[in-house]
Amino acid sequence: MMVTVKYFASLKQMAGKEEDQFNVNEDTTLEQLSELIEKSVPQLGNMVREKKVIISLNYDVVPLDTVVKDGDEIALLPPFSGGI
Amino acid sequence: MSTALESKVRIQREDFSVTDEIEAIKKSSRNIGGITSFLGTGRESNKGETISELNFEHYPQMAEKKLAEIREKAIKDFGLIDMSIIHRIGNIEIGENIVLIIACGEHRQETFKACEWAIAELKRTTPIWKRETTSKGEVWVQATP
Repeated sequence: MMVTVKYFASLKQMAGKEEDQFNVNEDTTLEQLSELIEKSVPQLGNMVREKKVIISLNYDVVPLDTVVKDGDEIALLPPFSGGI
Repeated sequence: MSTALESKVRIQREDFSVTDEIEAIKKSSRNIGGITSFLGTGRESNKGETISELNFEHYPQMAEKKLAEIREKAIKDFGLIDMSIIHRIGNIEIGENIVLIIACGEHRQETFKACEWAIAELKRTTPIWKRETTSKGEVWVQATP
C-alpha cells in the first residue's frame, strides 16, 4: 500500500523536494516508516526518532507508534513559528 | 454567496483591513458588548539582527483545520459569541500585518482571555513557519514562546 510523506519549511530545504511516496506493508508504524524516509533523506531518520520534528497523519499530530493505512498523508513538520 | 470577509478562519497572501474585519464580525450578533483584537505585525529586528524581509509558509489544509479548531474551542471554553482568525503567508514587508485575532463576547473579560489564549495556541499548534532575511542570509525562525 502507498503512503505520501510531505516535507515542509526547513525540512523541505533539507530534503530538496516536497514529498516522497513509499510502498509499505500493512501494520507499518510511523517509526518503521522513518527507516524508509531515512533512505530517501538520510538526515531525517534520526530527527524523526529523536522527536526533533513533529509528525502529522492526515492533518493531526500523532505519536510514532501510529499505524499507517493505504493513502495516508504523513507530514514532517519543523517546530512551528507562526504568529509573531 | 460567501465572501472572504464572511469566512471566520482564513490563511491568505493579501493584506487585510482590521476595521473591515471588525465590522464584518460585529454582524454576527446584536448582543456583542465587547471586542478584543490582537494584531501581529512584521518588526524589523530579531535578536540584534536587522530583518529586511519576512516570509511565511504553511501546510495547507492542516493549518486551516487547526485555526478552525482554535476558534471553536475558544468560543466554547470562553463563552464567546464569535471569533475570527486571519494569518497571512508569503512575503511580508516590515510593518505589514501578519496575523489578526478578533474575539467577541457579551462582556470584555472573556474576550481578553480568549484572544491571549488563541494567539498562544496558534503558535503552539498551527503549522505555519516564518523565515527571516537578514544580512547573514535567510533563517527559519525557531519557535518562540
